[in-house]
Amino acid sequence: MRLLKRLVPHPFLTLLLTITWVLLTSTWTLNSLVFGFVLGIVIPFLTQPYWPQQMRLKKPLKIIEYILLVLYDIVVANVIVARIVVFKPNSKRQPGWIAVPLELRTPEAITVLAGTITMTPGTVAADVSAEGHALLVHCLDASDPKAVRDEIKHRYERRLMEIFE
Amino acid sequence: MIAEYLIAGFLIIAGVFGFVGSFGLLKLNDAMSRLHAPTKATTLGVGGVLLASMAHGVAIEGHLSLHEVMITLFLFLTAPVTALFIAKLHIHLHETKTSLPKAGQDGIWATHNIGEEPPTQD
Repeated sequence: MRLLKRLVPHPFLTLLLTITWVLLTSTWTLNSLVFGFVLGIVIPFLTQPYWPQQMRLKKPLKIIEYILLVLYDIVVANVIVARIVVFKPNSKRQPGWIAVPLELRTPEAITVLAGTITMTPGTVAADVSAEGHALLVHCLDASDPKAVRDEIKHRYERRLMEIFE
Repeated sequence: MIAEYLIAGFLIIAGVFGFVGSFGLLKLNDAMSRLHAPTKATTLGVGGVLLASMAHGVAIEGHLSLHEVMITLFLFLTAPVTALFIAKLHIHLHETKTSLPKAGQDGIWATHNIGEEPPTQD
């Protein structure tokens, strides 16, 4: 069991790399599956020093719900941003920074949250605080900073909390 | 017939959002806001082309291609990283510790956390 843990430090990454390789080759043969699995063993093993802790997921199935939610939000985000870009004059727009305090502690979860913030309505995650307790977010139109902060905390952070912690 | 309308629809949506994204780059008037237009409008722009490509593969060529899913995945991985790098560069060049909001209990943002300023020579 310990040997297995040393050989396969990140089982999720192994699975993901195998699936990625099969999808990339787009041929459903044993050949590509085996080679993908070899890559899935070798790459996590070689990159292990850069990712020492093992990632743990509490409720992996919630990821599907999260992905669907984010995809839906991306479509909505595109329409909102497009309307701001086309119809709102620059003088009426109030771009600005807001700080979002974090309750998440897992580095992987904070990364996912930052990525989500960048992909969704009018917000870009720009920086993290020195010890990782807050995110710096830039808003395209920050007329109501509190609402943006609450939405990020309620809609995304709460769900990531269930998945990772 | 319906498939062709569907593919054309996806392509039109993609074109509109791609155009809006590029238009935003020109119209928005500060560097950080300019970052918003390409990261988002382009996502649906590229997404529309990929959906059209998948629909074309299924309906006209008669096989399901999953390369488009991979392109979407890689796009979602790389777009936030590029945006973050440009934002960090902007903070380095144009923002000071006082021009940004307070960083909560840590007191400082990671980009500014580079130790003491070197003494100025004169």
